[in-house]
Amino acid sequence: MKRRDLFGLAAALTVTTSLAGPLAAQDALKIGAVGPKTGPLAGGAAVTFWPNVQLWAHDVNEAGGIDVGGTKRMVEIIEYDDQTNPGETIKAVQRLATQDEADFILAPYGTGLNIASAPIFERYGYPMVTHTAISDQIEDLSGKFPNMYFLLGGATGLAGGVVDVLSQMRDAGEIGSNVAMVNVADAFGIELAEAARPQFEEAGFEIIYDSSYPLGTQDLSPVINGAKDANPDAFVAWSYPPDTFGLTEQAQIAGLAPKAFYTAVATAFPAYAGRFGAAAEGVLGAGGVFADGDAFKDYAARHEAVTGAKPDFWASAPAYASFQILQQAIEGAGTTDKAAVAEYIASNDFDTVIGPISWDENNSNAEYWTVGQWQGGVFKGVASTGREGAVPAQPKTGWE
Amino acid sequence: MTLTKRDWQSITLSAVLLAVAACLPLTGDAYMLSIGITIAMYAVLATSWALFSGPTHYISLATAAFFGLGTYTTAIGIENGLNYWVTLPVAAILGAVLAALVGLATLRLSGVYFVIFTLGLAELVRQVVTWGQNISGQKGLYILTDITEVHIYWQLLVLAAIVYLTGWAIGRSRLGFALRIIGDDEEVARHSGINTSRAKILLFMVSGATAAVVGSMLAPRYIYIEPALAFTPMLSFLVVIMALLGGTGRLWGPLVGVIPFTLLWEAISSSFPNQTTLLLGLSFLVIVYLLPRGFVGLIESGKRKMREREAFA
Repeated sequence: MKRRDLFGLAAALTVTTSLAGPLAAQDALKIGAVGPKTGPLAGGAAVTFWPNVQLWAHDVNEAGGIDVGGTKRMVEIIEYDDQTNPGETIKAVQRLATQDEADFILAPYGTGLNIASAPIFERYGYPMVTHTAISDQIEDLSGKFPNMYFLLGGATGLAGGVVDVLSQMRDAGEIGSNVAMVNVADAFGIELAEAARPQFEEAGFEIIYDSSYPLGTQDLSPVINGAKDANPDAFVAWSYPPDTFGLTEQAQIAGLAPKAFYTAVATAFPAYAGRFGAAAEGVLGAGGVFADGDAFKDYAARHEAVTGAKPDFWASAPAYASFQILQQAIEGAGTTDKAAVAEYIASNDFDTVIGPISWDENNSNAEYWTVGQWQGGVFKGVASTGREGAVPAQPKTGWE
Repeated sequence: MTLTKRDWQSITLSAVLLAVAACLPLTGDAYMLSIGITIAMYAVLATSWALFSGPTHYISLATAAFFGLGTYTTAIGIENGLNYWVTLPVAAILGAVLAALVGLATLRLSGVYFVIFTLGLAELVRQVVTWGQNISGQKGLYILTDITEVHIYWQLLVLAAIVYLTGWAIGRSRLGFALRIIGDDEEVARHSGINTSRAKILLFMVSGATAAVVGSMLAPRYIYIEPALAFTPMLSFLVVIMALLGGTGRLWGPLVGVIPFTLLWEAISSSFPNQTTLLLGLSFLVIVYLLPRGFVGLIESGKRKMREREAFA
């Protein structure tokens, strides 16, 4: 009896599997997409990565496909969940390359997962334009993996952007020199705090409160209360999504309302404004876009129409831009030959939703957004390393 | 020590199987190789887990702690100029030391208390590493080596051979005998003059050292490691469920769990990328309900039935 049940299950599985097989047209380009649908990074990927995969495939197919040397070819996306596990990312990319024989593979989501799969991309010659990998070792990585490109910038630039914005506000007489700085004791929080300390000092700021808290902590009131007791002119938190929300909420409760209030990752998420409404006005955060530019406005409208969700104001547009670069390179090279496309990426500039992209000597986009601010319900870029469209930062006026 | 004819048969069979497994990279199929690495990795982890948990019935969820310790040992070692091959024994020693410390502190605990403690251990080590990073201001570590997947696969096979030999030797030794008695009834074992803590700690050290070495070997594959990736609790759970699927009563038990489970998991990941966790949960339920004693239990009850049938015939 039991054995029959098992056979039934196996049979059902086989049937469903074969049904789920290829439905798309014969000559469609197979594009692989690997990213977290489960695990710690699933939340971020659900905002930044997956909707853009969907939007890009939609845009390409609606336009009749990608022009490969005169023939228009639709794209068929093959998606895999890597469960935020580098071993699974490696396996999924491997599977795309050898079993699905994907024509191209989109770069995975997140720093660690991108770097873990870079050797597989390299081995099969797939160009890899990363959209969510932030690394301080871009030089080493691009040396080892010449087909790997970086769009989102590095930690030193992100921290430097904050220092610049605060310096400008101080020069305008809006804030003083006392900074309270906290960081989440994990990966980027640590690196950003480390990068920021000397830069603040050099710019003549005094860090009057410097503290860290563990990842995943529920009670952020000691952090905020400590900062409030120091009575700072600016509050800077190198935070992750859950604590970005937690710190903002706690600051409202405790009445910590300096003229400059900065939280890092996820401040640029639409959910942030959704949660805090008008109180989000004037909050500074990591990322930013040229929010008033037509390219972004048009992109955001299509994003919402196709996926039903708003893009975030940081990595969403670069993610889409990385797919555009791949598309333009295929069209430019006029072939699906991976080496030719990789060669085209290396030797050309690209025009994308985030503006023109050119590579520096380390295959990195040297011009990226570093700081944004919620202004009138939109998270506008206020500082970048050379992007056009920055607006001046405004002092925050309380939480009301 | 005298070897019976049966022993020689098993040894020969194992050696032949190992040699066949070692030929996998020769097929040139990189996809098969990446599945092979997953199987080899979990085979070693699950077997070494079962070495300890099988006879003692102590369910350990600390695999991720030792695994992560190993990856960090290799990463930090290479960064400070150590040769990769030196980091492997260092990881083994650190894993054994950690296991000994944990064992001294907790193996007096029994049942659910031990399970909870080991689960907490991975989190504890992860927090310590994070704290260290916070102090030193360094985040993820990069392991840029020339080690390829084929090397990793062969290393894992060698480690598997060592684990099987160790397990086989322990099974024939006084230590193995003592552990079986402990598993049956710890009180009886203690009254028979067995130093139960010592026996348990020794075996826990073997298990911990092995998991640490596996972590070391896989570090070059991940290239970039950070605490959340190296100490993922999922690893501990997968090792337990695979070992239980195979059955812990025999040395080869976990292996017959690891292979089908990895293939099933691969089929789920590739066919239902949106429902992996759901289907994983369902397969756990199926395993627990239909195969409470694992494949080993299934095979042995099948054998028994056949014998009974022969007896009645």
